[in-house]
Amino acid sequence: MSEYKIHALVCGGTGCRASESDKVIENLQTEIQKQGLSDFAQVIKTGCFGFCEKGPIVKLIPDNTFYTQVKPGDAREIVEEHIVKGRKVERLLYTAPDSDEKVSDSKSMNFYKKQIRIALRNCGIINPEDIGEYIARDGYEALGKVITSMTPEGAIKLIKDSGLRGRGGGGFPTGLKWELTRKVESDVKYVVCNADEGDPGAFMDRSILEGDPHTVLEAMAINGYCTGASHGLIYIRAEYPLAIERLKIAIKQAREFGFLGDNIFGTDFCFDVEMRYGAGAFVCGEETALIHSMEGNRGEPTLKPPFPSVEGYLKKPTNVNNVETYANIPVIINKGAEWFAAIGTEKSKGTKVFALAGKVNNVGLIEVPMGITLREVIFEIGGGIKEGKKFKAVQTGGPSGGCLVEKDLDTPIDYDNLIAAGSMMGSGGMIIMDEDDCMVDVAKYFLDFTVEESCGKCAPCRIGNKRLYELLDKITKGNGEQADIDRLINLGNVIKDTSLCGLGQSSPNPVLSTIRNFGHEYEAHIFDKKCPSGVCKALMIYEIVEENCVGCTACARACPVGAITGERKEVHKIDPTLCIKCGACEDRCKFNAVIVK
Amino acid sequence: MGKVKTLDDLRKLKDELKSKTSLRDKSEHPESMVQIKVAMATCCIASGSRETINYLADELEKRNIEAVVTQTGCMGYCYAEPTIEVTLPGKEPIIFGYVDEKKADEIIEKYIRNGELVEGIIPMNYKNIEDTTK
Repeated sequence: MSEYKIHALVCGGTGCRASESDKVIENLQTEIQKQGLSDFAQVIKTGCFGFCEKGPIVKLIPDNTFYTQVKPGDAREIVEEHIVKGRKVERLLYTAPDSDEKVSDSKSMNFYKKQIRIALRNCGIINPEDIGEYIARDGYEALGKVITSMTPEGAIKLIKDSGLRGRGGGGFPTGLKWELTRKVESDVKYVVCNADEGDPGAFMDRSILEGDPHTVLEAMAINGYCTGASHGLIYIRAEYPLAIERLKIAIKQAREFGFLGDNIFGTDFCFDVEMRYGAGAFVCGEETALIHSMEGNRGEPTLKPPFPSVEGYLKKPTNVNNVETYANIPVIINKGAEWFAAIGTEKSKGTKVFALAGKVNNVGLIEVPMGITLREVIFEIGGGIKEGKKFKAVQTGGPSGGCLVEKDLDTPIDYDNLIAAGSMMGSGGMIIMDEDDCMVDVAKYFLDFTVEESCGKCAPCRIGNKRLYELLDKITKGNGEQADIDRLINLGNVIKDTSLCGLGQSSPNPVLSTIRNFGHEYEAHIFDKKCPSGVCKALMIYEIVEENCVGCTACARACPVGAITGERKEVHKIDPTLCIKCGACEDRCKFNAVIVK
Repeated sequence: MGKVKTLDDLRKLKDELKSKTSLRDKSEHPESMVQIKVAMATCCIASGSRETINYLADELEKRNIEAVVTQTGCMGYCYAEPTIEVTLPGKEPIIFGYVDEKKADEIIEKYIRNGELVEGIIPMNYKNIEDTTK
């Protein structure tokens, strides 16, 4: 068996395939064969490089040459010049945008890599159940540094200077929050980690806890030292069993090594962490509701002020931060505030983890610097829309956020820009929708979620959201009337203005933003009784095309409600009053005789 | 393991742990020591990574290949689960996606035994904090 000396890696991501990377592979293989090099060089198809803009990508190893925009016709030159003669094909090398220089070694072209992993730095790298691997990657160094060589005020100042803002969605400056808790005098204080991740399609916090649980423990201890707390609590939903198991192991190991417990690093500082399990209620991500739930009460929010930093868990000052916020802390301490503040935009520093979901090719967990555009996230890192369909909208901020559309694609992502565009950062769920998604149906989906998750304490959220849902349901069933759009807008605004907590204050956002961006879809449902995307079943009509029907009776036998009539060898007919629009007839028909209108 | 009492203790421990992993690299049989990490977060396990890690551990032993198989967290390539990272001695780590038992077998026979790459490579598309300048 021969060992190949050269490998040509060709991107087989959807973006590159659309620009003929399959043909590039084929041609490279043919050329290699022609040159009699089949035992010397091998062509390998890979996953997406995340650089679709310059695709198709061909990377040659071992010398890491990175060719961009390779056409099938370039295969011969690559083989003859590079593989045979060892000379790089200059014209295919990538030109650095800042210096106009050709870059040949992809090791020095990190800039095409749009992701920077700070919060996820250890995820997928260390064994989360082995504290040794965490320590080998600077673990607990920040904690040691802070408690042996810094004052709490000094450490808080460092966090403030870094510009870190809460990653749970609100974006409140983390250092300021710590300072507020520090300033309140009390014999007992608490530090809480909010791991109640509830947005549909979001799994950033779960992945951090499962991949790097020690970073959260370390940051909580740092937080305890800074705010003057010696008790830490992690509020995590019971439906995250693996995250809970790994946290338990991590807590046990941290105690054995003395990073939790009494006299940490030989100082007077004592700190320990306990876990509290939630039942998975969305509202418990709101910090006051979370605190009530931890106290054993119903998970209902209360009015702020008093803020938890003044009066929180068991009426004591409590500092609540999100998992991802914590995951940034040790790096900021180790690398410095300036390093962190150099990443991101003016008002939003650092990176944000997003869970890419929906109609995008590379579904996954990504971490990008603030200020990156939605276009780069969706079309580069995400590899574009599935099956080459057309992008329609992206929902950020989960059920509390809004949808962003084509015109927003070049907006740099940060807390303030997303709000200005009518959505929000949220915790990091990013659901991408294509031309096949009906926006009225999407709004209805999110409302269904909020109606389910409303705690019921305040009337606007409890009753108002239900009414919003009913209006949307009416529209998707074809019973909408002209006044309904205004009703949705008015009611939505009232709910936003009068609800008690963040859940109600943001729950109408999906409705309002879809009306704003896709008013014509609402109108089509209401006036034409049509769903332009063909999603809303009640508005679809199944019909049989007479010319195509051969009378095979397959559809009539498949129909579960007996809505199709017709004799053998005769044209069949669907009774629209009986039809439940299940689509069984369409699936069964071999003659394309069943159509949807 | 005793408690870590000072920052110096921690740093000493860190150096020890680091050299331990590099010792693993420079073991007596550098040509045969292979390191494999399997992404084992909830999403990966749901896509079958537990079957993959078990298969890899069993098969490598059966086939007398000296290898260290460990679990790790989410690599982020959820669309290509199960994902594994294979580091052959003296070579750059390579990530493979869609690694079911059949693919794992191919990786063992072709890549691990013969250094021959197989399809399903996921290019690393992010910078880690070590790659960024201060």
